[in-house]
Amino acid sequence: MHAIPSGVQGFMYPNEVQLTWSVLIVLYPFITGLVAGAFILASLARVFHIVAVQPIYRLSLLTALAFLLVAPLPLQLHLGHPERSFEMYMTPHKTSAMAMFGFVYLWYLLVVLLLEIWLDYRRDIVLLARSRTGVMKWIYSALTLGSRNIDAKSLHVDDRVGWTVTLIGIPSAFLLHGYVGFIFGSIKANPWWSTPLMPVVFIFSAMVSGIAVVLLVYETVTYVRKRPIDMACLDTVAKYLLYIFLVDFSLEMLDLIHRMYEASESFRTLDFMVHTQLYVSQILLQIILGTLVPVSLLALVQVVKLRAILRRRIYALAAALTLIGIFAMRWNVVIGGQLFSKSFLGYTTYKMAFAAREGLLPAIALLILPFLFLWVLLKLLPPWAEQKAG
Amino acid sequence: MDLSRRELLAAAGRFIVLSGAALEAFESPTGALAADSKYKMADHWWAMTIDIEKCIGSGNCVRACALENEVPEGFFRTWVERYEVNGEDREHPQVESPEGGIHGFPARNKPGVKSFFVPKLCNQCAHSPCVQVCPVGATYVSPDGVVLVDQQYCVGCGYCVQACPYGCRYLHPTKHVADKCTLCYHRITKGLTTACCEACPTGARRLADLKNPKDPVHEFLRVNAVQVLKPEMATGAKVFYKDLDGSVR
Repeated sequence: MHAIPSGVQGFMYPNEVQLTWSVLIVLYPFITGLVAGAFILASLARVFHIVAVQPIYRLSLLTALAFLLVAPLPLQLHLGHPERSFEMYMTPHKTSAMAMFGFVYLWYLLVVLLLEIWLDYRRDIVLLARSRTGVMKWIYSALTLGSRNIDAKSLHVDDRVGWTVTLIGIPSAFLLHGYVGFIFGSIKANPWWSTPLMPVVFIFSAMVSGIAVVLLVYETVTYVRKRPIDMACLDTVAKYLLYIFLVDFSLEMLDLIHRMYEASESFRTLDFMVHTQLYVSQILLQIILGTLVPVSLLALVQVVKLRAILRRRIYALAAALTLIGIFAMRWNVVIGGQLFSKSFLGYTTYKMAFAAREGLLPAIALLILPFLFLWVLLKLLPPWAEQKAG
Repeated sequence: MDLSRRELLAAAGRFIVLSGAALEAFESPTGALAADSKYKMADHWWAMTIDIEKCIGSGNCVRACALENEVPEGFFRTWVERYEVNGEDREHPQVESPEGGIHGFPARNKPGVKSFFVPKLCNQCAHSPCVQVCPVGATYVSPDGVVLVDQQYCVGCGYCVQACPYGCRYLHPTKHVADKCTLCYHRITKGLTTACCEACPTGARRLADLKNPKDPVHEFLRVNAVQVLKPEMATGAKVFYKDLDGSVR
C-alpha cells in the first residue's frame, strides 16, 4: 500500500524526492568557470607580462566572451518564470547571494571583457572598417563606436586603459566565480555545500578548466588552420595548468580530509553517497580520470623529455580529461548536493529528462553554443598574430 | 428600463470603482487573501505547538491541508513522519512518511522499539534562510510572523527550496513558483485556526499567538520540555515540539 517512491533509498523528506536543480544548474558554474579561467590566462600575458603566452592572449579573451554570452542561458531556462528574471535587476533582494548575479555578470561583461576586447582590437577594427566592403564594412564601422583615431598616441592610451581594465578584470574574474561558489557554500542547510572553502575551490577549478579549454581551442584552431603551433606557448600554458591543478586538488583534498577527520553528523551520509550514487562521477570521473590522470600526464612532460608532437597530444588529452573532471566536479556539487536527505536518513535519484526544457538535449546545445559564438568571434575579430601585424 | 446617457455613465463609473475596491479588498498586494478588517498584524506573532505524545498519525492534518490549500499531488505543506527508534542505535532511527502520511500509518508493534509520530510543517522561522536567499524578495516574513511567498513575484529559481533545512518547500508543478505552508494565513487572519489544527482529532497541533498574553502557548512553553527542529540551524523556528526525541531530524 505505502510504496517508497521509486529511486528513494531510506527516508527522504517528502518534498525532497524530486531534485529542484537540474543539469542546467550544473552547466552554470561550469561555464562561468571557463570564462573566469580563460580571462585569468589572458591576464598572464597582459598584466604579468608572461611573454610565452602572448600568442593566446586574444584567443583567451574571445573564448571567455563566447562562454560568457552563454553563461546566463542555463539559469534563464531553469527559472519557473523566466519572464520575471529582470526583477533581479529591478528589485534585487540585498541579502540574497543569487540577486547579485546580474550585477556581477553585467560588470564582467560590459566593464571588463567587452571593454578590454574593444580596446585591444580597436586598431584592427578601424583598419578592417577601412579595407572591407559591403555589410562587413558597415559592421566594422559600427564596432569602432565612432573612434577612428589610430595614431601612436591614441593607441598608447588604448594600451594603458586596456592594462588597467585587465588589472580590474583579475579580481573581477575571481569575484565572478568565487561568487558562484558562495551561492553554494553559503547554504547552511546543506552540509555538502556549506564550507567557506567552496568559493576558493571554485576559483581554482575555474582557472584549471579555463586554461584547459583555451589550450584545447588553441590546438584545434591551429590544426584546422594548418598553421605551426607555438610550442613554447603551449608548454608554458600546460605548466600553468599543472601548477594550478595541484593547488586546486590540494584544496579539494583539504576539504575531504577535514570532513573525514571531523566526521560530523552528516559525514556518514555523505561518505556513503560518494561510494554509491556518486561513485562514477566523483571517484572515477572527477578524481581518477579527471584529476589524477591529467595531473600525471602533465607532470610526466615536466620530468621526461618528449618530442613536440607527443607533448602536443599529451596536452590535448590532459586538457580534455581536465574538462571532463571539472564538469564532473560541478555535477557532484550541484546534483550530489541534492541526492541525500537533509534528514541524513536517505537518498534519492536524479532522473534526467532528454528533450525536456531542463533535459540533456538543451544541456548539450548549451555546451555547443559557446563554440558557435567563438567561431563567429574568430571570423569577426581574428586573433592571429599575422592579422595583428598587418 | 430607460437610462439616460448621463445615468448610464454614472452607473458604469460606480460599478468600476466599487468592483475595483472589492478586488482590492479581496486580494492584498502580496497575492495573499486580505485579512479581516479588524485584524492588526502588529498585534500577533504566530507560531504552533505540537505535542508528540498526542499525535496518533491519523493523517487528518495532511488531508485537511491538501484540501484547504489545493496542495499539488506528490508535494506537502505538512506531513507526518513515523519514527521507530531502537534504544541501542539511536543514530539510525527508522523513519517513514508514506505519501506524507496522508492515509495514516499501518498499525505496527515492534517490541523494544520506541515508536512515535512527528508532524512537520514550515517552522515559520524568524530568521528564515529561505527569506535570506530569495533573489527578488518574493519570500518574506509578514509583520505577524508568517513566512509567505508572493507568487506573483517569485521567479521560480528554487534557491529557497535549497536553503530550507527542513524540506518544507517545493516548486509548484503547475504554477512554477515556490510553495509552502502559509499557516493558513487566509484563515488565521479571520480569527480561525489552521486547517491542520482544526482537523487534528487529538489536539496535538495548536496554533499559537506569542503576542497574545492569554494564549495557552505561554504556559505550554513554561511547563513542558520544548524543542524546535534542528536548533543548531539558528533559524528562529516557531514550531515548538513537546517531548521531541533527540533522534528526530
